[in-house]
Amino acid sequence: MSDTFEQTIGKTGAPPPGQRAPGSPSDLLMRALRVLGRQREATVFVIALALFLYFVIDAGSDFTSKANLVTLFSDSVAPYAIIALGEVYLLICGEIDLSVGFVVGFAPFLTHYLTDFYHIPGLLAVFFGLLLGLVVGWVNGFFTVTVGVPSFITTLGTGFILLGLIDTTSHDEPAAVPTDVLGIGKWIESYAWAPIVWAVVLTAVFHIVLTRTRWGLHTVSVGGNLLGAREAGIHVGRIKYGNFMITGLLGALVGLQQMYFTSNISPSTGSYQWMFYAVTAAVIGGTAMLGGTGTVIGAFLGAVVLGILLDGFPLIGVSANPLYIIFGGAILVSMVANVQLARVRERGQH
Amino acid sequence: MTATTPDGPTPPADPSAPSAQGEEILRCEHISKSYGVVTALTDVNLRLRQGEVLGLIGDNGAGKSTLLKILCGFQPPTAGHIFLEGREVVFKSVDHARALGIDAVYQDLALINQLTVFQNMFLNREKVRWPLPLVRNGVMRKEAREHLDEMGVQIPSMDSPVAQLSGGQRQAVAVARSVFSNPKVLLLDEPLAAMGVKEGAIILDLITRLKREGNVSIILIAHNYAQVIEVCDRINMIQGGRITLDKPTSETSADELTDIVVQEYRKALEERQRSA
Repeated sequence: MSDTFEQTIGKTGAPPPGQRAPGSPSDLLMRALRVLGRQREATVFVIALALFLYFVIDAGSDFTSKANLVTLFSDSVAPYAIIALGEVYLLICGEIDLSVGFVVGFAPFLTHYLTDFYHIPGLLAVFFGLLLGLVVGWVNGFFTVTVGVPSFITTLGTGFILLGLIDTTSHDEPAAVPTDVLGIGKWIESYAWAPIVWAVVLTAVFHIVLTRTRWGLHTVSVGGNLLGAREAGIHVGRIKYGNFMITGLLGALVGLQQMYFTSNISPSTGSYQWMFYAVTAAVIGGTAMLGGTGTVIGAFLGAVVLGILLDGFPLIGVSANPLYIIFGGAILVSMVANVQLARVRERGQH
Repeated sequence: MTATTPDGPTPPADPSAPSAQGEEILRCEHISKSYGVVTALTDVNLRLRQGEVLGLIGDNGAGKSTLLKILCGFQPPTAGHIFLEGREVVFKSVDHARALGIDAVYQDLALINQLTVFQNMFLNREKVRWPLPLVRNGVMRKEAREHLDEMGVQIPSMDSPVAQLSGGQRQAVAVARSVFSNPKVLLLDEPLAAMGVKEGAIILDLITRLKREGNVSIILIAHNYAQVIEVCDRINMIQGGRITLDKPTSETSADELTDIVVQEYRKALEERQRSA
């Protein structure tokens, strides 16, 4: 098939030659914008690299030891990168999920209850743990899409409900990882690099889905022009429901990974921090909250920047307090860049 | 000005009777629409012939857009009947009307700024390969280019986000996209609004081409009489929810149309002064 070759050209691949006037002002502007658009991810990549080198020089073998690199990538980068994938999709279609961090907390408990109290086989219990994420996502979709409550409020509510469920059902006590599900952990977590491998593979898959499938294009359409998408016959509700469910599922996956990683099920795992860090990663990576735009690869790189800072600062003896100043600054700088880019785009319009 | 209908009163449904200027494709009979106590349309009779471009003109609030929304299935009429190719149809939704062959280009165009020209051309009609459901960018880019070339629409790159196109180009992409699905009837809601002469020419050229090909019949809502006379075969004027004029373009002129509006203004002014 001849289109296979054309297919391999990226979405911003070269247009057919001779079809546009080279050197015309609009052509130059478009090229400049395209470079800027790519530079966005490149900029974050350069920042991540620079930070990495900084800590290599400053902290030396403390930073470059295998143990630390595992902690860095599998603990400080991977979970936020994975949750950020869902948040990017939601932000692109104009929504947000504040509750996902409590899915992270509740999924391991559900698995524990099902195996230890109801004697359900381990594999099935893990499956139900993941299913929890889909169910919470569906509920978020129901209140946001069908009932019409803004997702900020919906997920604020469902988040608190989940927190309450965690604390009530666990009596605020931690639990041990059920022996029944330990074996399955090999697939999800126990290999030291497993989480970052999950994160990289999922990032690749989500990037392709966003840019090369109908689901991705329709997600962009829903966030870019809701009425227009509806007029074109896109099932707007279905897209939003789906992205809430995807985010919930990713939260449940991270929850189970945390269970294996810490060899412990703790009520304090469920918190807003997962969502805040994931959204921070997405924003640093170049996803705006305006809807219609966002990048999966940028979010992954954003999570890398975040993870390096989280992991590196304690190594060189800096406490978490100034870390938050840097996070806050990075968010503001990223948003200013987003707004500026949007202005340049508008000016490009005649 | 009283109603002037060249064919006399609209005859009852008779699908086999062809009119003088070609087969009738769409006919409305006694359409009225009220929103609570507000009456937007009163007993509107309208006919569109195969391959014809019908200009629908009238003041703001006269009922043009209401009629268009009824014809494209966006909202049902309070009373009246619609016949498509002689058969009565009741549109359940925009999708239903589209499936029956009536497509509309709304004023907001339904374009996604963040997507490219070819992605917009194939919005919700994306070509997908199997078994991996990836969109076939190469094929879509090529077909979009061919289709736009065929229609004489000049867009520098299929990969530009539509946000970077001019108003005329955006409108042209939206119209070309509707034609893509081979509709029998195309409804254009003010495609020339807020557009300069040069920009408007892109659309007028596009409509002229479609007319020449004769596969699609068009109802064009417009404000600018000069443009309407340029491309339309027939003109219907709608005033106060009624069709008050129905003439072939050759039998009328921009002056006549303007006169009607001037009279309307004078009447409204007199009434105002009398009541004051």
